Amino acid sequence: MRNIRLRSSGLWAVLATLATLMVPATVVAAEPVKIGLILPMSGPFASTGKEIESAVRVYQKTHGDSVAGRKVEIILRDDGGTQPDVTKRLAQELVTKDHVQVIAGFGLTPLAMASAPIATQAKVPMVVMAAATSIIPTKSPYIVRTGFTLPQVTAPLADWAVAHKELKIRSVITMVTDYGPGIDAEKTFVSRFTAGGGKVVESLRAPLQNPDFAPFLQRIKDAKPDAVFIFVPSGVGTAVMKQFAERGLDKAGIRLIATGDLTDDNEMENIGAAAQGVVTSFHYSAAHDSPENKAYVAEMAKLGVRANFHSVGGYDGMHVIYEALKKTGGDSNGDKLLAAMKGLSWLSVRGPVTLDAETRDMIQTVYIRRVANVKGVWSNVEFDKVEKFKDPGVQ
Amino acid sequence: MIGNFLGVLFDGIAYGSLLFLIGIGLSVTMGLMNFVNLAHGAFAAMGGYVCVTAMNQLGVPFLATLPVAFIATALMGVVLERTLYQRLYKATPLDQVLFSIGLTFMAVAGMTYVWGPTQQPVRLPEFLTGQVHLLGLDLGVYRLFLIVIVVFVTAALVYLVDRTRFGAQVRASVDNQQASAGLGINVNRVFALTFALGSGLAGLGGGLGIDVLGLDPSFPFKYMVYFLLVVAVGGAGSIKGTLVAALVLGIFDVAGKYYAPQIGAFVIYALMVVLLVLFPAGLYGKKA
Repeated sequence: MRNIRLRSSGLWAVLATLATLMVPATVVAAEPVKIGLILPMSGPFASTGKEIESAVRVYQKTHGDSVAGRKVEIILRDDGGTQPDVTKRLAQELVTKDHVQVIAGFGLTPLAMASAPIATQAKVPMVVMAAATSIIPTKSPYIVRTGFTLPQVTAPLADWAVAHKELKIRSVITMVTDYGPGIDAEKTFVSRFTAGGGKVVESLRAPLQNPDFAPFLQRIKDAKPDAVFIFVPSGVGTAVMKQFAERGLDKAGIRLIATGDLTDDNEMENIGAAAQGVVTSFHYSAAHDSPENKAYVAEMAKLGVRANFHSVGGYDGMHVIYEALKKTGGDSNGDKLLAAMKGLSWLSVRGPVTLDAETRDMIQTVYIRRVANVKGVWSNVEFDKVEKFKDPGVQ
Repeated sequence: MIGNFLGVLFDGIAYGSLLFLIGIGLSVTMGLMNFVNLAHGAFAAMGGYVCVTAMNQLGVPFLATLPVAFIATALMGVVLERTLYQRLYKATPLDQVLFSIGLTFMAVAGMTYVWGPTQQPVRLPEFLTGQVHLLGLDLGVYRLFLIVIVVFVTAALVYLVDRTRFGAQVRASVDNQQASAGLGINVNRVFALTFALGSGLAGLGGGLGIDVLGLDPSFPFKYMVYFLLVVAVGGAGSIKGTLVAALVLGIFDVAGKYYAPQIGAFVIYALMVVLLVLFPAGLYGKKA
């Protein structure tokens, strides 16, 4: 034991010496803009990390690795996705040791929340690419979010269900995963749906670690509502969809509506026919019909990844950083970058978007989609939309 | 009302069966060999990956992949037992825990590297999907299948440990290694085979579990609590104890979530506390 410890402390000394030798070299060189990208590259949310990291690489490949005369350098850190204190520590190290000018990534709400004070103190823009609880941007004036919020994608679905009387969706049971975004989704759905005259019979919350959905689904089946609204984090959707079909809820005439997390494009191959005809609402589908998106999906496929909604958060996050640098003429001062980011409008692969100057959240089109097999690929096909939709917040 | 209850009971038994299938291997290694193998879930996940790979890459039908998963993980178990585990038989439980949790981290990283971080697809054959209408109840065919498998596995295990020469050798080796070795039992071989059996059962459980639990690289950590729960409540090393504990926990978990969804998630933990206060060594555990 002692021997190993000695050896490792020796190793640290060597590393430290190397590090001090290397620091002046990088400072003297062309002064790149450094972006600290913190993602869950391992652990239960590794697929989110992989999607975003791939999207960032695709962006740099298609838009070049320098902008406004400055090279853009990505420093990737893996936070494992589950411990907020780890994410916060990594953010701190990136700011203080690596001197990054932007921190970005953030897979889940608690991780983003924990890191918010670092952005405020360091006056560094924090680009939240994935975490989707409504409250996040209020935690620091330096946060901008390029993903979406749960209320933002839930509200249009509730409105749609109310508006389409011919579908006869009058009574609904909600089933969400019991954590921040799930509760946001539940509250938003209940308030919008009841405001429109619908009736929510019951609201079920399944624990985050829930191996078997049988009891919840059986309870829903026995209660016989017209429809069930489901939110589960992507990845869990496969099990839910299968058990929904297996248990015969569809045959019992219970319609399934959900936010797009349930039919994550990345998981569609696994879910397959079990999800046929399921209606979801979301801000992005890999099947979105635009030349920009087709090119993007093709580039992602080259990296072996099917583009999903998390990836576009990463892709557009990079776009926001690049555009801001263009506007400042390469000045990477945190306040100037932040000011340049606010109010940006562009045509994203998901459709037209604006980064709201006031809320620092995306104003974007929310699509209503249906699962269908398009040329052998299970896809979310958009058939209705609400344009320029702003996060309504949790009411 | 009574129909609902029977339905819940059925789902609970099916879920308990799954817990049993995955937990029994851990009970075997922990109880019979006194080894705290937290990497058990990694063996289960490997079994799952073997199934998925055989099914999707090689086109082997689902049922045929199950014995393959059992054999593959059992072989892996033997290799790891001979090269790594056996060095720690005499180590303290803390060292065993540190070693096996380290192994789990490596397995998770390795599985992410090879199979990627997403959920793995499993296509069940047509005759195992859907529901059958039996005695006024809608029963999931796959769940029925799980219950049948558990009946067979339990019977086979009880027979193996209680009635066969190998079982007697295992029990003797556990109780007194020196005396057993003196009587001509090859203790090393017995332990290697027992470990293989435990790993193989984990692999089988992992393969059977994909459809309900899903399969991604975080599987070993996600479900570790459940394996440990079943073994702790049942009493390590007791096949009967593991079965009873798995069924009780399964039924109460499903019933709790069905009848009282607000508190449903906590029911099994409350139950665990009560049962462990009443039976500190587990339902059928050896007195410490």
